[in-house]
Amino acid sequence: MATGHVIKRAKYKTTAKGSGTPGVLKMTENRIAFKPNDPTSAAKIDVEFRSIKGHKNTKEGSNNPPLLNLSLDQGGSYIFEFETFSDLHVCREFVANALARSGEAAKVKSREAVIATSDRSAVTYSDEQLSTAEMELRIKLLRENSELQKLHKQFVLGNILTESEFWATRKKLLDGDSGRKSKQLVGFKSSMILDTRPQTDGRTNKVTFNLTPEIKYQIFALKPAVQQAFLNLVPSKITERDFWTKYFRAEYLHSKKNAEAAAEAAEDEELAIFLKDDDILASEARRKIQRVDPTLDMEADQGDDYMHLPDHGIFRDGSKDTTESQHEQYKRTFLQDLNRQGEVVLEGRTIDVELDDPMSVAEALARSRRESDGNTKEERIDRISRMTEMEDLQAPYDHPFAPLCIKDPRDYFDSQQVNALKISDDTRAGAEQLRCSLSTEEAYSFLRGSISEIKATGLCAPIVKPEVALTVLNGLTQNISSTKYQLGKNVQESILDRMPLTTKEELLHHWISIQELLRHFWSSYPITTSYLYAKVSRLKDAMSKIYPQLEELKDSVPSDLRHQVFLLVRPMHQALDAAFQHYESDLQKRSAKSGEKPNGYI
Amino acid sequence: MKFEMEDVTVYFPYDHIYPEQYAYMLELKRSLDAKGHCLLEMPTGTGKTIALLSLITSYVLSKPHNPVKLLYCTRTVHEMEKTLAELKLLHTYQTTHLGDRAKILAVGLSSRKNLCVNPRVLAAENRDSVDASCRRLTATWVRAAAAANPNVPTCEFFEEYEKAGSSAVLPPGVYTLQDLRVYGKEKGWCPYFLARHMVQFANVVVYSYQYLLDPKVAGIISKEMQRESVVVFDEAHNIDNVCIEALSVSVRRQTLEGARRNLNKMRQEIEKFKATDAGRLRAEYNRLVEGLAQRGNLPISDTWLSNPALPDDILKEAVPGNIRRAEHFLHVLRRLVQYLEGRLETDNVEKEGPVAFVSSLNTHAGIDQKTLKFCYDRLHSLMLTLEVTDTDEFLHIQTICDFATLVGTYTRGFSIIIEPYDERMPHIPDPVLQLSCHDASLAIKPVFDRFQSVVITSGTLSPIDLYPRLLNFHPVVSRSFKMSLTRDCICPMVLTRGSDQLPVSTKFDMRSDLGVVRNYGRLLVEMASIVPDGIVCFFVSYSYMDGIVNSWNDNGILKEIMQHKLVFIETQDVVETTLALDNYRKACDCGRGAIFFSVARGKVAEGIDFDRHYGRLVIMFGVPFQYTLSKILLARLEYLRDTFQIKEGDFLTFDALRQAAQCVGRVIRSKADYGMMIFADKRYSRHDKRSKLPGWILSHLRDAHLNLSTDMALHIAREFLRKMAQPYDKAGSSSSKTLLSQEDVEKMSDANLNEMLY
Repeated sequence: MATGHVIKRAKYKTTAKGSGTPGVLKMTENRIAFKPNDPTSAAKIDVEFRSIKGHKNTKEGSNNPPLLNLSLDQGGSYIFEFETFSDLHVCREFVANALARSGEAAKVKSREAVIATSDRSAVTYSDEQLSTAEMELRIKLLRENSELQKLHKQFVLGNILTESEFWATRKKLLDGDSGRKSKQLVGFKSSMILDTRPQTDGRTNKVTFNLTPEIKYQIFALKPAVQQAFLNLVPSKITERDFWTKYFRAEYLHSKKNAEAAAEAAEDEELAIFLKDDDILASEARRKIQRVDPTLDMEADQGDDYMHLPDHGIFRDGSKDTTESQHEQYKRTFLQDLNRQGEVVLEGRTIDVELDDPMSVAEALARSRRESDGNTKEERIDRISRMTEMEDLQAPYDHPFAPLCIKDPRDYFDSQQVNALKISDDTRAGAEQLRCSLSTEEAYSFLRGSISEIKATGLCAPIVKPEVALTVLNGLTQNISSTKYQLGKNVQESILDRMPLTTKEELLHHWISIQELLRHFWSSYPITTSYLYAKVSRLKDAMSKIYPQLEELKDSVPSDLRHQVFLLVRPMHQALDAAFQHYESDLQKRSAKSGEKPNGYI
Repeated sequence: MKFEMEDVTVYFPYDHIYPEQYAYMLELKRSLDAKGHCLLEMPTGTGKTIALLSLITSYVLSKPHNPVKLLYCTRTVHEMEKTLAELKLLHTYQTTHLGDRAKILAVGLSSRKNLCVNPRVLAAENRDSVDASCRRLTATWVRAAAAANPNVPTCEFFEEYEKAGSSAVLPPGVYTLQDLRVYGKEKGWCPYFLARHMVQFANVVVYSYQYLLDPKVAGIISKEMQRESVVVFDEAHNIDNVCIEALSVSVRRQTLEGARRNLNKMRQEIEKFKATDAGRLRAEYNRLVEGLAQRGNLPISDTWLSNPALPDDILKEAVPGNIRRAEHFLHVLRRLVQYLEGRLETDNVEKEGPVAFVSSLNTHAGIDQKTLKFCYDRLHSLMLTLEVTDTDEFLHIQTICDFATLVGTYTRGFSIIIEPYDERMPHIPDPVLQLSCHDASLAIKPVFDRFQSVVITSGTLSPIDLYPRLLNFHPVVSRSFKMSLTRDCICPMVLTRGSDQLPVSTKFDMRSDLGVVRNYGRLLVEMASIVPDGIVCFFVSYSYMDGIVNSWNDNGILKEIMQHKLVFIETQDVVETTLALDNYRKACDCGRGAIFFSVARGKVAEGIDFDRHYGRLVIMFGVPFQYTLSKILLARLEYLRDTFQIKEGDFLTFDALRQAAQCVGRVIRSKADYGMMIFADKRYSRHDKRSKLPGWILSHLRDAHLNLSTDMALHIAREFLRKMAQPYDKAGSSSSKTLLSQEDVEKMSDANLNEMLY
């Protein structure tokens, strides 16, 4: 990150408009110095980065000269004008890094809570070497999740946890993201090579195509004949460049649909390859038609329909369009291209090679084409029977998947609320009412009975009667649902929501931070290294700081809410107490041990 | 479930039944009792097929002294497969409840191409060449030659089947085409001929319309069917078009050139036979003197398409003398071809009736009406005599003879139209002579006459009183059922304005307006962003779809659409379309979501269901009117007006709206399903158009949804989708039951059935 130092020619200015003092700007790891060319000038600067608060610069391309503005902690600023924008960029970069470092250093030293406004500078400082990608990911995560950011600020910058400790418990967050990125194969875009439009320079008739390896791959996938031709011709007969030129020439001729194309193709056999119907596709189609879904096999109709005798039936009533088909050989239409495109997109990427070399792509495609074959006859039969049954006239079918059922959750809770209200006033007794009196023996015999029944008949759906299941579910979720209901329905109803906003936020924040601390605390045991020991004591200090804060919180709330806050805070206290207790007992054990082993490790 | 319906015990394979299914069965049963025809409209997605199948099979079970055969006609092979699958379900249910008594034989019948198991034959490209290569291996003379010379190839499956003789039968059960192929392979018998043979004995036969309606096919396949059969035409809203197509022939230059080649080839053959085997030709002559009475007794492998006209008219007469000799017959055909060539050389559109055409043919070429009438059978006989196996190469001359026979048989209901070029492309000369049938009742008449009950049913038969007029029959029951819904699971809307509040339409003058194109595009983009899974779009024609998709591509709308969903398109290539549909379903299954662009009156609109997540929204862009400048359509309209007093405008609107209803009706399959339908054209808001929609759609079309713009439609769609995603009680509320259990059915009387439905 640090390149040691930077020296550039620059002009020092007090205002952006002024002419400024020419001189040399020298920046080292933690100092910034400006020496004017004229040694008598008063514009000499030598400050630490620590005293710099921020920096601004002009944008390249604007009318302004390349300026860098460093604002000071105490107010005021230094403005430097550079000779070129590249100088400016180098310096800006350096300043940014230096500022970040010095900012961190300053905080570490003074333990002041001067936390950078942006968490960027905070994250970049860490004791492990991180790749920029990982760093960016962390920054991104922090930015997206304000809660996480708060915790990070509190503990990492508060030096209770180190950067790596903080992230160690969140490996999943980091892994999940990057893992997903690398594993999933990106399919084709639906519009694929519709996108390849040439660029023209507007003056001449020349057009330029920008061919990326991706586009080449798509062309190969779409047109096996082109791929075959590529394998045959390149590089033995023509160069790759010529090949693609020819290809696009052919496409152009095809789009014009006139006699010219035919004439030109007749002379040039390579061009003809691109214009002719694709034999490979045709044979593939013939193979595929064998296993097409029989409920839409229109090809079979053709074999059956005696109307297809030539010249029978009504020939020219306008329903059948006649197309100009003078050049039968080159009649591939845009519509066919669209169909082919859809097919290829659906097949997805069949090869997994680097796309850079068109030759290897072409070969891989040829291989994958040969491989793709399977038996689908049974699936055919299965499909037809599925297509014929009427689903709602019979008992539900066993699908391998759960049917999608998007239901407004509020519907459910609304209905629950009605239930809850019905038995509202005998409140908790509602649950008791459901309870049947069963002795242990009875329950046992009942269980045995149902087990033997299942053994005899097998599991049959539904195992439990829906009504019974619903009653049980209602009984169990009544509490949740009523709370949820209140939460969703009426903001004032919930306990948390009834409190003042600040109290609520504070409570939530405390709860989260306690959880975070406890997680680290408990995961540090058993203490085997001095590092862990230090960590635990740090954590303990932090927790003991939170303890009185909680007490304060309890006292600060109005009396009518105090009970509720007390209820909420109690589990937090208990958790903390448990931790302290453990810490104490562990400490005692340890000191006892260390008494025996004065030089033992901690 | 099992319940009593008057004197019939109905076995229904599900635990519950919809009230409209019950009502449907009741009407059907009454028309079976009356031994008459019936016309039933019931919304899609209410289980017509299973209701029909279970009633008819139960009817037979309850009245064993009166075995009724069921001929179930579907439009397409995949519908055939679906019907058979439902029947299989029903059959399993009935046999478990009734034992062997309920066993039936049900077979699906299709062409050789779909049934053949011989790999050598299957290698052929299309149906005609499969037929021909089958004949090459199974014709009697080929087999006779093979008996003498073992090097002549034959079909081992057919040989095995012949060897098994009368023991080659299918055990009872339900056989889909796939099952037939598997069974055939296992036994080593040819599934096609086995199925053809078993059709006579089967209790249920499922095949396509043409096997009954097209006299060419019906003559050989369906002639043994007894009168006590119930014929069902499912999805029959287009039956009139199928009928007129079956009797229409067109002749183009290529046809005539091909016919000439065929004639030359036949002349050579005749010369050869004269030199080597003159006796054969003489034998044929003698046979023809006695008439064509032998027609029905040909070996099963030698028959092919039979007479394109109604066979009964012909069987009674003997072949006229002037075409009994092979050479003479060829001369007649040559003159006929020459005359047709002359007629094609015209610069103007010509239109005349069959009578005028025949008389002009008589004066110019000297061929009289009776000769014409026998052309097809005479050709057939000649080809057998000449031992022609490459039937696919002789299609052209067959077409000419079809034409001749039709024009010689019918004096009304047809017209001959000669057009020198296609209206829309006047610069390309492509003369065509079309014999077009205008009267749908001609083709279906023998079906009504021959069978005791004919059931015509579909989801869209509105207005239901028009069909008896078009088909010229008198149904004993004609009824349209509404749909009793547990919840409003369909949401039709009429969108008249785009996002910029300007009207949208595919009217001719607005069609190419960029604003309309853009508005349609925006509508689709917006809908694609809020509708889950599948969306289906129907356009009025291929050319319109092609144009609009290309302009969406140019102005970037297509790219926007593709950000939400994949796009698949119906093309004129059937294989391509099938694969596109398959991929569309895959995309819907995997959750990516897709849009399917299709054409009203196209093959997809006719036969593919977009139920459940395969179609949550269907957009009908425009009103799918027929191409009104078509000469054939004009001639038909004129005929309808003169004969049936149906007004042109009424018929056109009726036809367009039934196509539109057919398109949007594909989204719903059961009451658990749901879907939206958008009619995007300002003309739908007019009462005269809208009122032609089927009642079950109209009853859900709220007044507030009649004049929407894109943003309003979007709002409605959001609300609707959210509502539909909520769980609900399938049985309906207690006041209006939409799902009946066995108990409910037993308690029910007619009175509260009606209450439930209306």
